[in-house]
Amino acid sequence: MSEIAQSLTLASELIATGDNRLAAIVGLSLQVSLSATLLSCALGIPLGALLAVGRFPGRHALIILFNGLMGLPPVVVGLLVYLLLSRAGPLGELGLLFTPTAMVIAQTVLVMPIIAALTLQVIEDEWHEYREQLRSLGASRLRAGRTLIWNARFSLTTAGLAGFGRAIAEVGAVMIVGGNIDGVTRVMTTTIALETSKGDLPLALALGAILITVVLLVNAVAFFLRQWAEKRWG
Amino acid sequence: MSHWIELRSLRRTEGTVCILSDIELKLGAGKTALIGPNGAGKSTLLRLMHGLLRPDAGSVIWPRPLTQAMVFQRPILLRTTVLANIEYGLKLRGVSARERRKRALSALERVGLSHLVQRQGRRLSGGEQQRIALARVWALEPQVLFLDEPTASLDPLSRHEVERIIGEIAASGTKIVMATHNLGQARRIAEEVLYLEAGRLLEQTPVSEFFHQPRTAAARAFLAEETG
Repeated sequence: MSEIAQSLTLASELIATGDNRLAAIVGLSLQVSLSATLLSCALGIPLGALLAVGRFPGRHALIILFNGLMGLPPVVVGLLVYLLLSRAGPLGELGLLFTPTAMVIAQTVLVMPIIAALTLQVIEDEWHEYREQLRSLGASRLRAGRTLIWNARFSLTTAGLAGFGRAIAEVGAVMIVGGNIDGVTRVMTTTIALETSKGDLPLALALGAILITVVLLVNAVAFFLRQWAEKRWG
Repeated sequence: MSHWIELRSLRRTEGTVCILSDIELKLGAGKTALIGPNGAGKSTLLRLMHGLLRPDAGSVIWPRPLTQAMVFQRPILLRTTVLANIEYGLKLRGVSARERRKRALSALERVGLSHLVQRQGRRLSGGEQQRIALARVWALEPQVLFLDEPTASLDPLSRHEVERIIGEIAASGTKIVMATHNLGQARRIAEEVLYLEAGRLLEQTPVSEFFHQPRTAAARAFLAEETG
């Protein structure tokens, strides 16, 4: 018990003093996960909207695929991206394995289907409400999709935040493709896993506290953003 | 009077239910009211004429192309300002930004809502939202306007205002086809009545004649029921 209390005290000190190592790990985590989330939004939101308003062969299969991909096990994604980027893999020549870029790619593969599937749900509801009006005004499906993305911007921001929450808390994929190299690819989750196994609890606890705070903050922002948008825009 | 739209042997089904059957119609009047009991097929007929639905059989023929627009029972505005809502339809038609602004402001003035120009459309009252929906189509200057129960969910004051706007749109030369449950409204606005029941067009009669001497027993029974 005293060991846990001592670790908690040391963890608080690490946070309070703004320990450089801690700050570097948190910074890299945020950088990787924010990049992956932005990339996922750029790809997933138009794709989700297209699936919601479009009518083309294979649409249902794609919807099932994206809904299924929402539950992708991170370690499997890590393994697939590893194979893709490894020296013998098709993208091996790019030399991206064990770099933050590889981690961004892995997290994008994980998060993009989530954002696409959430966008699909949001835009399908919007399409149900606005379809006749937009068609009556002369909007093509493509144009309607664009309009509805803008119209649902706050709900989609929430989807983006959900994606970020998934990315920042993920450990399996970044561990495999990043290699957890100190000062290069070590992020909060992989450090927690490593330091706990080594018995260095203060750093693991400090990072755990920061990670939980970030996830809670993201959820709080999503909650208040929805409320604000509802009041402001109706 | 030459007609501007013709429906030939029009039929529409939803699943196994026949919503409209054997609709034969030529419309030449400027202001037409579409009346009948719930489930008669009024909204479906409007949507078929406007092109939002396709018939399962028969055809909708426009002898000459006319620009058209539609206002729905519930106004459906985008989550943006009143002005942007009105400009949206014009933007879709490729109208320049300067012209869009001019026409949107003019339409807002005509519906008496200039003071709401920068307000969020969806935060306004139902009556105001419906007037904005009317301003949005008025700005498009359509030659034909379809209206699906435009005052059904409004209070008497808003209903009166919306009726005034519809009257002005009609006076500007736009042909009006309006589904309504409100017989007084049909009387005030329309020149001609289409009476629908159970998916069949039973009457196409001038408005004064319809309310005094409907041609069919079904319409007589409907009027007797509605007017108590």
